[in-house]
Amino acid sequence: MNTSDKNAPLIELTDIRKSYNQGLPNEAEILHGLNLRVGHGEFVALMGPSGSGKSTLLNIIGLLEHLTAGSYQLQGQEVNSLNDAALTLLRRSTIGFVFQFHHLLPAFSALENVTMPALMREGRVSAKQLAHARALLAAVGLSEAMDKRPAELSGGMQQRVAIARALVQEPPLVLADEPTGNLDTASSDEVFVQLRRMHSELGVTFIVVTHDARLGARCDRLVELVDGKIARDELVNPSAHSRSID
Amino acid sequence: MTFNLGFEWQVAVRFLREGRIQTVLIIVGVAAGVAVIAYISALISGLQSNLIAKTLGTQAHISVRVPDDVVTASMPHPSGTVVLSEAQPRAQRLRAIANWQALVPLLEANPLITAVSPMVTGGGLALRGEATQAIALQGVELDRYDAIIGLRGEVVSGIARLLPGEAIVGRELAIDLGVRVGDRLALQTATVTDSVRVTALVDLGVKDLNRRTVIVSLRSAQNLLGLPGGATNIDLKVSDVWAAETLAQGLRSQFPYKIESWQENNAQLLSALNAQSVSTALIRGVVMVVVVLGIASVLVVSVVQKQREIGILRAMGATRAQILRLFLVQGAVVGALGSVLGIVFAVAMIWLFTRFVRGTDGLPLFDISLAPALAVQVAIIATICSVLAAIAPARRAAAMDPAQAIRI
Repeated sequence: MNTSDKNAPLIELTDIRKSYNQGLPNEAEILHGLNLRVGHGEFVALMGPSGSGKSTLLNIIGLLEHLTAGSYQLQGQEVNSLNDAALTLLRRSTIGFVFQFHHLLPAFSALENVTMPALMREGRVSAKQLAHARALLAAVGLSEAMDKRPAELSGGMQQRVAIARALVQEPPLVLADEPTGNLDTASSDEVFVQLRRMHSELGVTFIVVTHDARLGARCDRLVELVDGKIARDELVNPSAHSRSID
Repeated sequence: MTFNLGFEWQVAVRFLREGRIQTVLIIVGVAAGVAVIAYISALISGLQSNLIAKTLGTQAHISVRVPDDVVTASMPHPSGTVVLSEAQPRAQRLRAIANWQALVPLLEANPLITAVSPMVTGGGLALRGEATQAIALQGVELDRYDAIIGLRGEVVSGIARLLPGEAIVGRELAIDLGVRVGDRLALQTATVTDSVRVTALVDLGVKDLNRRTVIVSLRSAQNLLGLPGGATNIDLKVSDVWAAETLAQGLRSQFPYKIESWQENNAQLLSALNAQSVSTALIRGVVMVVVVLGIASVLVVSVVQKQREIGILRAMGATRAQILRLFLVQGAVVGALGSVLGIVFAVAMIWLFTRFVRGTDGLPLFDISLAPALAVQVAIIATICSVLAAIAPARRAAAMDPAQAIRI
């Protein structure tokens, strides 16, 4: 049953907690009663020192991990009570991922990696989907590298393939876990420019985890985590933010 | 680049192609198992068919005889009575089947019976000059008897013919008596001595049998053995040799004769064949278990190696069921390819066996071939087992936590 509310914020986290090894002597709480609302079309940087809980928070938002306590509403739908199959289908239709180490499938070409979500969903890739994937790869500057395998591409190119893959199903939300963390400055800038361009063209919500303050400053909103709590949540570019919310 | 196949199929095939040596090894492993199973099955089946053919080459599938002559007690003993007398068992004299001429058409009318041959059999002596040999005398109608054991096919010299005064003799008996085709020899029974001309020598496949077999016409045997117009037994051939015992049981309930199937007369051979079949089944089972364990262990390694990819696929929205099917498809592909290759190996092994393993006469020991039905059966079973072998690794892959898998 889809109970999503179109008027609700895209993401609403209320007093969420996340513990590992629950009930064991080595139990550790990573997130301590965290609240966060993210609207449609925002471009949010999620920053913080190592171990602050950024990746855990991103995994929770990406429906890859369950909450220990609290409430998580995605498009107005409470997801904490959904089973694994329902979460998987929701993730498939709602969220695109860009990982730090790009995480492309090495056995498949760039184009096949980008069409993989369609293949997964329908068991085949239609000519329209193929054309869309080609267009996306062209949009990130990879027209000449579509049939190359990840090993034949540079780190920056691989990350751009990952961006195209995250966007191919036109999800309302893209989560990027340190998408430039493994790249040199030039490639890092290039990838970030692509992210921003896709954001402005497609109006997709981006949440980008980054250690790089320079990149964080180029986002619309900056959320900083320290020790599993939000230490700072401010608009870096208020005009862009108001445009997004509108 | 093809995009019209299912997700599981495309990813499974690509994973296997990426595996290269690992995939080749697992397919060759399945092929080796399938080859051993198919080859052993064909070998044992050929061996058993050969043994049965040789056994049934010299005897009827079902034999109808006169019931044994038994002594019946004069009166029943009340219970608790101690009996101090002992009845001497009767000597079995040669007797004819009552009304056999009427029985033959009845048996011929049975659709399961393909040939019926009335016979007269008894003991005697074959004499030539100073030489004397004990013989088993058989009186037959040649065409009918030929339909039972294919006598004409066993002729090694001369032409099979049984006119009055003619005989077909076993090859070793001819050597012992020094007779050749066209020579005469004397046959002696308890009451009669007669002279016959040898028309053919036969090799029945068993030297001992060749040393005592003399076949004459039914009428000649009736005269020699003092059973004018009689037949001591009727041999039957049936369409399905393995149904002979069931048919014999049916005939026993219909007719008051001693009716024995070849299975009854060759119980030891059947036990040996059964033991052989059980051993073959055990070997097949063990080989299949080894193949299953091999596939399972390689796929478990593959799951560990592909953890990150599994995590990516799960993060992208692949369901647990899709991941499960992905590995089951890998098992099926490996099983199917291994089976096809294994059948090719088995055919090659069979060819090598028939080409190079020969008897002292330079001929192949026996016919061995891989029946298409057996090949298909082995291939299907191996493929199913491969899928079963993939279940545990597939479940492990499907149960993987995507967040953890990606971190690896």
